Amino acid sequence: MSVVEGALSPEHALGDAASVPLSLRGPAPTRVVAGFGFWLFLLSDILIFAALFAAYAVLSGETAGGPTGAQLFETRHVFIETACLLASSVTCGFGSLAVQRTDRSSTYFWMAVTFVLGATFLRLEASEFTSMVASGAGPSHSAFLSAFFALVGTHGLHVTVGLAWLVVMLLQVATLGFQPMVTRRFFCFALFWHALDIVWVGVFTIVYLGAH
Amino acid sequence: MEAPSQAQGSAPGVEVQTHGSRRTYLIGLAYAVVLTVASFWAASTDLVYAPGVPILLGVFAIAQMGVHLVFFLHISSAPDQANNFLALAFGIFVVALIVFGSLIIMGNLNHGMMPMERLMQMQP
Repeated sequence: MSVVEGALSPEHALGDAASVPLSLRGPAPTRVVAGFGFWLFLLSDILIFAALFAAYAVLSGETAGGPTGAQLFETRHVFIETACLLASSVTCGFGSLAVQRTDRSSTYFWMAVTFVLGATFLRLEASEFTSMVASGAGPSHSAFLSAFFALVGTHGLHVTVGLAWLVVMLLQVATLGFQPMVTRRFFCFALFWHALDIVWVGVFTIVYLGAH
Repeated sequence: MEAPSQAQGSAPGVEVQTHGSRRTYLIGLAYAVVLTVASFWAASTDLVYAPGVPILLGVFAIAQMGVHLVFFLHISSAPDQANNFLALAFGIFVVALIVFGSLIIMGNLNHGMMPMERLMQMQP
């Protein structure tokens, strides 16, 4: 690691200190500590989803005479939602590369694309939910639908929070610039967004494709 | 001396390389697209033996989660990632415990429950 560009260099310079004994090395840089802490938060967040997945798996057959998943879900609709979220994950990755290069216009561009794709996903999900409720298949209809709305709704709520966070981060880049504090937060946001996409893989496999 | 950088560690998602990072995301995207399309195909096709479809879907999903972890979150088993990797392993363990534990316990309770007709007959 001879040449490292931009904001990363101070931290990675420490990695070379192989000759310094552990006891003299001092605390890890804030970026590493913040990233690791946020990673632990994400894993505990995924535990919430694990509990909701477990509830869904147990209750998915309890339709109380109401519609089953196979009758309610449209595969084409879900495929478009999945495509939006996957594409937004990649553009978010490009955006975080732009943040590392402290490239302002490129950051705005990729993060705006991420926002639009995330908002499209939410809009599709909202239209699915409202049409289900309108057709009488609301969360109060059966245990299956309660578990469905709890699981998919929690994921949607996370995406909503992620979009709000993204707007705040863009405002911080606009007002504060690429300070270490701001790039650190941006970096945590990217982790959050990628983790939501991982949860969605579970959702579309178990809930939508596994519907029977 | 064992892995000096291990004590400092590095955060998940931090990638040191300055070249090819964008390529990493694109490779990840290609794998993810193939796996997603394969999942949707497997769910709708008649070519696969029907009882095997859920297993196939599970394999595709786990593979895709792995792709996301490696190419998007940049988790690896490198020495400076030991903390992240251990946390991930513990997370997977607890998730498996919650999901499969619930399924086994609820399935067992369901199995041991008296049939509804008998229960109705016992009502005074």
